[in-house]
Amino acid sequence: MAIAPGKNQTAKQPSKLNDPRFRALLFQIIASVTVAGFIYWLVNNTLHNMALRGISTGFAFLNNQAGFSILQSLVEYDETHTYGRTFVVGLLNTLLVSGLGIFFATIVGFTIGVARLSHNWLVNRLAMTYIEIFRNIPLLLQIFFWYFAVAINLPGPREAIQISDLAFLSNRGLFIPRPVFEEGFGITALAILFAVIFVIFLARWARRRREMTGQPFHTVYVSLGILFGLPAIAFIVTGTPLSWDIPEMGGFSFSGGLAVIPELFALTLALSVYTGAFIAETVRSGIQAVAHGQTEAARALGLRHSWTLRLIVIPQAMRVIIPPLTSQYLNLAKNSSLAAAIGYPDLVAVFAGTTLNQTGQAVEVISITMAVYLTLSLVISVFMNWYNARMALTER
Amino acid sequence: MKVKMKIAAIAAVAACSMAAGTAQAGKTFDSVKSKGFVQCGVSTGLPGFSVADDKGQWKGIDVDVCRAVAAAMFGDASKVKFSPLNAKERFTALQSGEIDVLSRNTTWTYSRDTSLGLNFAGVTYYDGQGFMVSKKLKINTAKKLSGAAICIQAGTTTELNVADYFRSNKMTYKAITYDTSDETVKAFEAGRCDVLTSDASQLYALRIKLSAPDNAIVLPEIISKEPLGPVVRQGDDEWFNVVRWALFAQINAEEAGLTSGNVDGMKTNKDPNIRRILGLEGVKGEMIGLKDDWAYQIIKQVGNYGEMFDRNVGKGSALGIARGQNALWSAGGLQYAPPIR
Ligand SMILES: N[C@@H](CCC(=O)N[C@@H](CS)C(=O)NCC(=O)O)C(=O)O
Repeated sequence: MAIAPGKNQTAKQPSKLNDPRFRALLFQIIASVTVAGFIYWLVNNTLHNMALRGISTGFAFLNNQAGFSILQSLVEYDETHTYGRTFVVGLLNTLLVSGLGIFFATIVGFTIGVARLSHNWLVNRLAMTYIEIFRNIPLLLQIFFWYFAVAINLPGPREAIQISDLAFLSNRGLFIPRPVFEEGFGITALAILFAVIFVIFLARWARRRREMTGQPFHTVYVSLGILFGLPAIAFIVTGTPLSWDIPEMGGFSFSGGLAVIPELFALTLALSVYTGAFIAETVRSGIQAVAHGQTEAARALGLRHSWTLRLIVIPQAMRVIIPPLTSQYLNLAKNSSLAAAIGYPDLVAVFAGTTLNQTGQAVEVISITMAVYLTLSLVISVFMNWYNARMALTER
Repeated sequence: MKVKMKIAAIAAVAACSMAAGTAQAGKTFDSVKSKGFVQCGVSTGLPGFSVADDKGQWKGIDVDVCRAVAAAMFGDASKVKFSPLNAKERFTALQSGEIDVLSRNTTWTYSRDTSLGLNFAGVTYYDGQGFMVSKKLKINTAKKLSGAAICIQAGTTTELNVADYFRSNKMTYKAITYDTSDETVKAFEAGRCDVLTSDASQLYALRIKLSAPDNAIVLPEIISKEPLGPVVRQGDDEWFNVVRWALFAQINAEEAGLTSGNVDGMKTNKDPNIRRILGLEGVKGEMIGLKDDWAYQIIKQVGNYGEMFDRNVGKGSALGIARGQNALWSAGGLQYAPPIR
């Protein structure tokens, strides 16, 4: 008797397999295990067969000496460093050109995008022409143009275009004075840091006060004063601990100073001009997506034109702009791999190019390179998603 | 775009490596036989070595090496298809099976021979690395190149040699590395770099590509050893033998005085060595899997080594390079082939 009810209960309870949630989970597990197993088999088999064919495998090569030189490096590097180091050098060069590209493309894009909506016929048409030209010419062609037709066709180093003996522009690149920080500059640096933090708090305080009491505060002027004044005082008091390393012509080319190589210049320019055209369209469509009633309502409340833009139109437009903007940033980062075409030493040229070729470890090198681009893309998306969430409509 | 191509190539390597698990040695030989032509990897355009003329015909010493292989395989030197490859692409193309033989001014080195799963079948041209500079600079020795900007092609031994040379001479330089020789030449002409470095023979070849060849000079220093030769996949011995002996047959032919012009008349010659080379007595073609007249076909259709050299890079060509190290051993050079017997 004691067992019977139990039996009855189990009989009544439906089988777990009929539970859709359990079934979904089960199928997902089966699918994941199958995929993982397939990848494992693929990797194993490839490695096995490569070994059979006498092709070296494994990641030990990363510790071997590279033996070749790299044109531009943000960290210390020479030919006695390892292949692992060439990865770092290439990666940093990729990040540099992507970062610069994103920065300038954003400026170009927002400027042209707003100009495209201008009521001034000329400005409007110029912006449109810009967009149509640069959006429709293949990027590689534009890179070639800026490099082979412009950057390296500048005069040679001896005939360099110069700006009062300080900056020199030639087919070897742009050479400008490089700041040399001497002892004691740390105090100025601290002053800058302090000023920035102070200004942030000041701005918050001013906003809160305005929201509570309605009293305005000249945040901009006061902030600028602090930002420049404080470091300037520190700088003078510590005895101007800064000198300049000025480029000088000697031997084959310039030495000293800060050099912007033509490859970096051409690639950054091409990427920003090209992506800028796409961003401009994104910006235009974003602004146009804000219903006209919003502007009218703001005007009716008596808001000034600039305030209407800043407080009403742009925040709403941003919500439309950010998702496509993210994909433009992703495109730019990935397109920077066209660098190899003009000899800019990015990750693809240095690591997936020379290092791959000198070691012959194609599978390893390409896996690492793909992982980097994937990570880079994910980081950009995560950041933009976070920014998007911040800008999103907060419902109260 | 570049990345995508690379990935495709790697995927191909991976896929082929998997397929290879079951395949037997001798795979390339059989597949070449059955498809009826040799797929030959050459440069994208290097006068004298491999360059396509305006009709799309490939010419050059590296091209002739492949034609010789086709002559041996099919009795027809025209049964070759060419794949132009830059330095970075070449080994992956061979490993993945996209080409059957790589004949693209490729230097035989320890690491390439041992770690890429490839084998070098011989040396078609003994070369060494040199420097080319603009005459304007008034420089006559490589020892004065410290601080120079140097244009190099990516993925070459050139990149490594130049680093060694400057390091051991305590000099500095800036390496600007391009993917293709066209870009390298363009950058050199525009003045992006002061020096163009490459294998010396290729410097002469690239020099005639310049719009004003007379404005550039090649410096006397030779800083490395660059034995250039055809490459095949490792573990494919039957095919390896064909490629290696096609070249040896040409060298032996030159030594024996056989030329494309006289080879038919020589069939009646009594010299046993000549008769063996022509497949008329002694050794049999089947030892290498070919017809008895395989070497005859090479000599008849492509010529002996000397003819091939002169026509493409030597005195009969625009490059006008002297035989030098590439003369036969019997004339004080390095070209030496084991006997056909
Ligand atoms: N022999 C060297 C260099 C070979 C090489 O690629 N040389 C360049 C000279 S600039 C070339 O032939 N380029 C022609 C091309 O890329 O098609 C090696 O095997 O690494």
